[in-house]
Amino acid sequence: MSTELPVLTKKDFQSDQEVRWCPGCGDYAILSCVQTIFPQLGIPKEKFVVVSGIGCSSRFPYYMDTYGFHGIHGRAPAIASGLKATRPDLEVWIATGDGDAMSIGGNHLIHTLRRNMDVKILMFNNRIYGLTKGQYSPTSELGKVTKSTPVGSVDYPFNPLSLALGAGATFVARGVDIMQPHLRDLLTRAHAHTGSAFVEIYQNCNIFNDKAFEYMSAKQVRADQTVEVLHGEPLVFGKEKDKGIRLKGTALEVIHFADGHGPEDCLVWDETDPNPALAFMMAQLGPPDFPTPIGVMRNVALPSYDYGLVHQLEEEIESKGSGKLEDLIYSGELWTVGEGGQVTRGKAVADPG
Amino acid sequence: MSPETKAKSASANRLEPVDEVVVRFAGDSGDGMQLTGTQFTSTSALLGNDLATLPEFPAEIRAPQGTLAGVSAFQVRIADYDIHTPGDAPDCLVAMNPAALKKSIGDLKQNGVLIVNTDEFHDRNLKKAGYETNPLDDGSLAAYRVTQAEITTMTHRALEEMDLDSKAKNRSRNMFALGMVYYLFSRPLDTTVEWLELKFAKRPEIAEANVKVLKAGWNFCEITDQFQVRYEVEPAKLAPGVYRNIMGNSALSIGLVAASRRSGLPLFLGSYPITPASEILHELAGYKTFGVSTFQAEDEIAAMAAAIGAAFGGALAVTSTSGPGLALKSEAINLAIMTELPVIICNIQRGGPSTGLPTMTEQSDLLQAMFGRNGESPLPVIAASSPADCFDTAIEAARLAVSYMVPVILLSDGYIANGSEPWRLPKIEDLPDLRVDFRTDPEGFEPYMRDEKTLARPWAIPGTPGLEHRVGGLEKENVTGNVSYDPANHQLMTDLRAEKVARIADEIPPMSIDGPDEGKLLVLGWGSTKGAITGGAQKARAEGLEVSCAHLRYINPFPSDLGDVLSRFEHVLIPEMNMGQLALLIRARYLREVVSMTKVQGKPFFRSEIQAKIHEILGAENVH
Ligand SMILES: Cc1ncc(C[n+]2csc(CCOP(=O)(O)OP(=O)(O)O)c2C)c(N)n1
Ligand code: SF4
Ligand SMILES: [Mg+2]
Repeated sequence: MSTELPVLTKKDFQSDQEVRWCPGCGDYAILSCVQTIFPQLGIPKEKFVVVSGIGCSSRFPYYMDTYGFHGIHGRAPAIASGLKATRPDLEVWIATGDGDAMSIGGNHLIHTLRRNMDVKILMFNNRIYGLTKGQYSPTSELGKVTKSTPVGSVDYPFNPLSLALGAGATFVARGVDIMQPHLRDLLTRAHAHTGSAFVEIYQNCNIFNDKAFEYMSAKQVRADQTVEVLHGEPLVFGKEKDKGIRLKGTALEVIHFADGHGPEDCLVWDETDPNPALAFMMAQLGPPDFPTPIGVMRNVALPSYDYGLVHQLEEEIESKGSGKLEDLIYSGELWTVGEGGQVTRGKAVADPG
Repeated sequence: MSPETKAKSASANRLEPVDEVVVRFAGDSGDGMQLTGTQFTSTSALLGNDLATLPEFPAEIRAPQGTLAGVSAFQVRIADYDIHTPGDAPDCLVAMNPAALKKSIGDLKQNGVLIVNTDEFHDRNLKKAGYETNPLDDGSLAAYRVTQAEITTMTHRALEEMDLDSKAKNRSRNMFALGMVYYLFSRPLDTTVEWLELKFAKRPEIAEANVKVLKAGWNFCEITDQFQVRYEVEPAKLAPGVYRNIMGNSALSIGLVAASRRSGLPLFLGSYPITPASEILHELAGYKTFGVSTFQAEDEIAAMAAAIGAAFGGALAVTSTSGPGLALKSEAINLAIMTELPVIICNIQRGGPSTGLPTMTEQSDLLQAMFGRNGESPLPVIAASSPADCFDTAIEAARLAVSYMVPVILLSDGYIANGSEPWRLPKIEDLPDLRVDFRTDPEGFEPYMRDEKTLARPWAIPGTPGLEHRVGGLEKENVTGNVSYDPANHQLMTDLRAEKVARIADEIPPMSIDGPDEGKLLVLGWGSTKGAITGGAQKARAEGLEVSCAHLRYINPFPSDLGDVLSRFEHVLIPEMNMGQLALLIRARYLREVVSMTKVQGKPFFRSEIQAKIHEILGAENVH
């Protein structure tokens, strides 16, 4: 094994394929972010695999100069699971959309999270079906007018963070396409986590759902409309850092420091809390009464599925020895038919014919 | 008639040699009939008989006691010659309760031996089974040689001195029945005694109780002279070698492990439980020392998708299922076709459509396997023809998958999955060498470049420096593997994917024909019908009819000489457990009329049915 890894750069992760997203699409920013952090992770380039489903966002692997798998709609977590379970040495990332992950692939998503498979899931949430040209998605807000809901949708959306937390995900975070340094930090931390990491990324689809996240990501409002969740820090937000979130009874509430409160009254975030209840409450926050939380909601250590699987194999081999095919085939109640047709029990010493 | 009052010398009855015998053990699910049948099988195997078995389970796990729905049965046929099926009609039926009697009596041969546990023939059980009068009294069993035994009572009497609760005592009454049948067919008890002692090594009192009851069953028959005639079946002349009795799903699982070892690839199974395929998941889950990873997925789609992921990573990837699950896998199977990755898809067929008949057999997924996907999506389809053949078929499926870089569907069905037969064990060194070469050289590498002979693309697995590439379900440009919507390229790739599968025909061995190579009638089959077809054709031939038979392991592609073979026969008969799916393929491919013989009753063909059909086609005047 070589001790020194070649120095990798962003360019090493750019494939020769022409990027075909609409100009202005938020996917570009996410791609750039991933291409920036991959070379910094200290992993040989050939160990990366990016797996995706179907959707605009799922074109992602084609633009990464790594091993890549553009799967079928919704099934990326399942494909990635089979890969990671047999090849724990690989660094497996998933690019998926809100429709891909939460609609057709909802089943695979929750089970992958529940198993704590060591894969990193980037869910590009544009609250719309981009590739199929603009139908509402499972994260579109109630009443959304789209091609398939001309007078507004009547079904309630998923909150992706809540769904992931409910599925038992061990790493749950939210970032925004245009908040690059923050997103880079999140993705680096997702990598450092052992087990499933679920990162919801608010992504603008400027063609079918433009400005969907303007209410919280626009420069003028961002500081007041978001709260960055930081481990060990009080939940303080606002342009002037003059507001915070505290726990009152069984509910969260916004407090204004102008009213005599201070950071010491705010909830101090503990992302490692084994009880996901507070994270679940945080995930619910958002307009009109609350800022939108971003950052790492949950980060707890638990052995991953792939580790468990490999470990079982190793333990069995360790305690019983590596299986011998001959023993497997020649097991059970054997009898031997000799050249003359005589039958004896077991495997006769002189193995005939 | 207690043993005391009717004691008589054992030598009074006659010992009659017969060439074969079919026994069916039938009882309530809780009566241990599968175990009883398996013991009779083991004992007979060690006596050197050829044999075949067929279990029949109730669909419900805990069907109400004493009902028809709760009947569990095990049929075994033993013979002193080479047999192919578990037999049409039993010569001997053990009925542990009225429901079991009702369900099986119609199959028992005229003048066959019927053993009933009279203790269970009380009003409540008779009613549950739908009997208005007691068949033991109303003369309806006059056509059979009935042995009435108070099996439950006598079991308890045998265990009088033992400190066991009544439930535990009841549980051993199947051994009484087994003891009786051992007596009837002159089988020694020692195999079962040894098995009981081993199985209950930790609970010697249970072993002792079972052995006591087993012997009590035998002694009851001997002392009371239950049967005028006892039978004896001599050992069969099996080819020299080491044997074990094996069920299809087990042989298939071991075959997959063998393929893994012979290829040097770790075995990965992605699966979702479904009858009658679950045993493959169970069995492979136990082979961890062989490096086998099993992944119980959230559904069949995930199971297939995970297998594809594992194949991409360089594993010998397998998924196992039954018809409804295969339907769910269709889209993902196409992904494997498009990405040209090797996956073995084992479909253990059952009665359909929809949930259908989960515990009963059928061959009705042939067309689904062939065509049940969107687009032009040919893949190799091969079928196992008997329980032991599942081993070889699994290895062949693996060989095709890795040498052609293609998903392969392996068809088995409930009949051979749960049925058993003696398996002549192969020598390890005789198993095919399946070693594969992963691509490692970046020089000139393109993900969709092709092997000249097989058209396979290189298997370049993640972790290999310099071979980073992307695959996916969008149409790929040949050689480069880049996404391509070019019309001519799509035509080319469609042709290449078809050609790759078609080329397999070049290495399929010529068809082997049982009987004359040409003539009046060829009976052509595929899959699990082999036993019945071979048996039926051989019987008919022995009667002087001019009939041959041949069996297909490869359904896609067909063997290259199949057209020629078909043309050498005046008539072709195709029996299948579906509504004529192979017949449809043969007609379409060879523009040749065939006689389609179909059966969808959840049961395999009887040899006699095939034989009768042969007679019907050839007519009596053809007997010479
Ligand atoms: C089985 C199947 N059903 C439907 C589609 C059509 N389809 C492709 S992408 C998509 C939705 C994509 O939405 P999302 O996952 O949010 O991705 P985005 O395009 O917004 O990034 C749909 C419905 C498909 N490709 N396959
Ligand atoms: S449709 Fe929307 S999500 Fe898709 S590429 Fe265009 S802007 Fe991006
Ligand atoms: Mg979307």
